[in-house]
Amino acid sequence: MVQLTLPKNSKISKGNIFSLETDVSGKKTFKIYRYDPETKDNPRLDTYEIDLDNCGPMVLDALIYIKNKVDPSLTFRRSCREGVCGSCSMNIDGTNTLACTKNINDVSGDVKIYPLPHMEVIKDLVPDLSKAYKQYASIEPWIKSESITEDGLERRQSPEERKELDGAYECILCFCCSTSCPSYWWNGDEYLGPATLLQAYRWIADTRDESTEERLDALEDSFKLYRCHTIMNCTKTCPKGLNPAKAISKIKKAISERT
Amino acid sequence: MSDDQPYKNRPLSPHLQIYKPQITSVLSIFHRLSGIFLSLGLLVMLVFILLLAVGQDYYALWQCFSNSLIGEIILMGWILALFFHMFNGVRHLFWDYGLGLSLSVSKWTGLAVCAATIIVSIFMGIISLGLIL
Repeated sequence: MVQLTLPKNSKISKGNIFSLETDVSGKKTFKIYRYDPETKDNPRLDTYEIDLDNCGPMVLDALIYIKNKVDPSLTFRRSCREGVCGSCSMNIDGTNTLACTKNINDVSGDVKIYPLPHMEVIKDLVPDLSKAYKQYASIEPWIKSESITEDGLERRQSPEERKELDGAYECILCFCCSTSCPSYWWNGDEYLGPATLLQAYRWIADTRDESTEERLDALEDSFKLYRCHTIMNCTKTCPKGLNPAKAISKIKKAISERT
Repeated sequence: MSDDQPYKNRPLSPHLQIYKPQITSVLSIFHRLSGIFLSLGLLVMLVFILLLAVGQDYYALWQCFSNSLIGEIILMGWILALFFHMFNGVRHLFWDYGLGLSLSVSKWTGLAVCAATIIVSIFMGIISLGLIL
């Protein structure tokens, strides 16, 4: 059901302000979404002023700086700090991206940081991704092949066949794309979303996989696949530069071209 | 805290409220809105044909509407919606063939749709005002 406004318990209230004591040249203001599950308070937007001269260049550096030096209660996911793990996906300056690869200087004015949109919030910038992971599991993301190869050895691919997987296998499952998609916001319970569909395509396109028909059958459903209306917010926001919209289009085409 | 246990009081993170309008999503929502607007316009069209059919006096009623400022704004909006929906619809047809789905091309075609809509609508407006032809 399309709900344009936030539910009552999700309305954002004014939060605390952590100002710098002295005026410095590298001052930058961060406005960060906070939610503490241990209180009954609504989420709030806290304001942190920090000196960029003491801080690394990326938004993740600023978050770590705030957590270490200003407010240790700030909670967020992070791991690799170089765009390969997908943990620090969040909404920065109005679009979804990875905090570790987003340069602070690319944001003009205050840096506003929210969790991934239209998700249940566990704490601060940590959304509950368990539904998204279940959807990912539902497409059975592994090779399903029964036959035995002629020589009994591994399943080989030509370089051209392997090339089909370029642009699909690089996905780090950060779910920036799915949570940028208005259709996923309104139909996320049934629509699989761009991240999961890109992975569905990755296994459909894999020549070593023998269950393509089965996979297409499973997706031929007015909600799971066809809630994609080619809005293309997914491709616009992908921090890895992938194109989920194109992968979804290829699945639709593969289904329509079957006999 | 098992993952399956529903937490009823967890807030929903903000979405429409904070997501910056993207050329991708803005054109998409205008495609829908123009479609709805055109459907409503079809009813107006029906009234127009009815008034035309029943006679001169009733047609004058239509002219009252179409010559009023509000009427002209609505009709101009209808022309804009018609051409936008048509051009963007063609863009959608290409997408359905798997063409033009890269970010750069879809941005380019989106801007082209907007430009074509404005140019053709202005042209239609000039014609309907009787300035040419």
